Amino acid sequence: MNVVLENLGPILEAFWSTVLLSVASAIGALVLGTLLAGMRVSPVPVLRASGTLYVNTMRNTPLTLVLLFCGLGLGNTLGLKFSETVTVNSYWLAVVGLSAYTASFVCESLRAGINTVPMGQAEAARSVGLTFGQTMTTIILPQAFRSVVGPLGSVLIALIKNTTIASLIGVAEAAASMRTLIEFNGNAVIPIFIGFALGFMVLTLPTGFLFGWLSKRLAVAR
Amino acid sequence: MTATPLVVLENVNKHFGELHVLQDINLSVHRGEVVVLIGPSGSGKSTLCRTINRLETIDTGTITIDGQPLPAEGRGLARLRSDVGMVFQSFNLFAHKTVLQNVTLGPLKVRKTPKEQAEKRALELLDRVGIANQAHKYPAQLSGGQQQRVAIARALAMDPKVIMFDEPTSALDPEMVQEVLDVMVNLAKDGMTMVVVTHEMGFARRAANRVVFMANGQIVEENTPDEFFGSPRTDRAKDFLSKILTH
Ligand SMILES: Nc1ncnc2c1ncn2[C@@H]1O[C@H](COP(=O)(O)OP(=O)(O)OP(=O)(O)O)[C@@H](O)[C@H]1O
Ligand SMILES: [Mg+2]
Repeated sequence: MNVVLENLGPILEAFWSTVLLSVASAIGALVLGTLLAGMRVSPVPVLRASGTLYVNTMRNTPLTLVLLFCGLGLGNTLGLKFSETVTVNSYWLAVVGLSAYTASFVCESLRAGINTVPMGQAEAARSVGLTFGQTMTTIILPQAFRSVVGPLGSVLIALIKNTTIASLIGVAEAAASMRTLIEFNGNAVIPIFIGFALGFMVLTLPTGFLFGWLSKRLAVAR
Repeated sequence: MTATPLVVLENVNKHFGELHVLQDINLSVHRGEVVVLIGPSGSGKSTLCRTINRLETIDTGTITIDGQPLPAEGRGLARLRSDVGMVFQSFNLFAHKTVLQNVTLGPLKVRKTPKEQAEKRALELLDRVGIANQAHKYPAQLSGGQQQRVAIARALAMDPKVIMFDEPTSALDPEMVQEVLDVMVNLAKDGMTMVVVTHEMGFARRAANRVVFMANGQIVEENTPDEFFGSPRTDRAKDFLSKILTH
């Protein structure tokens, strides 16, 4: 366990990078996922079809491919640049990939949530004179979100774990730091694994508890 | 010379697949008039109500509100809907909003009324339907009768030209029916234009100007409540009345 303790500084730094990656991607995924869910239930056929196409493509592509596409395709070939600093650039490319991928899961959770909202809620909103957009944002989505807080927590936990793939395109997050550490301390592989596994649990377990608690608190009584 | 009616349906037809739910419906509702729609289950009463604010589309025919044909979609439709109140059998109060928020939502979002003014008016309306003291509760904390009265206040808050009621009391426990009917009778007395689907004959006799009897997607008979209940002209109406009277 000494190896872990001796390198605590860089390890914490790497986990901080995991946290930043997770937070930015979670926000991106939430925004994009909500938009996609809106598209998938909209009355406009073109929007519905594009939403469906996007979700089915993303959900059925391995995340490794999505991130490599962001790093190599968007970054190198198409020359998408967020910053002159290489590490900052790869961070944002990873955020794009993780958001784009996770958004499809957010969308599907939300859509399940939308299905729990009784038809009458939308009808009442429309007969008061709300437009489709207003009905979505003030009546349907708020109730849908509340009913899928639990599943959204699971999506977030999966996202936190998925950030480890970002090391593939040069982001110095926790898994990358672990690999480096193992390279220089081949005799302490098991303690290093355990140390990093615990590190992830410190992030994911409270997330799970928080969302479990929120989901009870926010539930809509009918 | 008579003023143009507020709601006019002309030769309205609608199908659900093979089923011809509305067959050549012609119906006019005048300002201040209370029309009770009555008829056997499946005759198309709810569908008729719902076409008037376009929760259901129609196949052929025209519907006009205050001289304006119903817009197909978009903002024009939303504006028109805000003039046609709707009270549902299952209340459909917004479950995640308080009673007060339920009533102020339309004025705030659609009419862009200032918040203070919208809340003042909402409290007046809640007082009028007898639930001002429940303004900060959520719908699930209220009884069915109270929820339906909130739904009526929500409709009134938009100052609608007409309110449609689709069996407003049939989901209620018997002891709560009267409190909702009383509110509706008062509305009728105040001159509100109303189309009410109901089997409550007491209400029809007390408040309706006209009873419209529907069967199998057609309007079969129209008359004053006393005439209709006292001496129905068609066999189908006689048959229907004998059934609901023995219940
Ligand atoms: N969305 C729908 N899709 C297909 N058929 C429908 C739909 N809504 C209603 N119907 C059918 O249309 C007919 C008329 O229904 P409607 O609800 O208007 O009748 P109603 O007179 O209100 O009856 P009730 O007294 O039972 O409420 C019924 O046969 C019903 O099964
Ligand atoms: Mg009905």
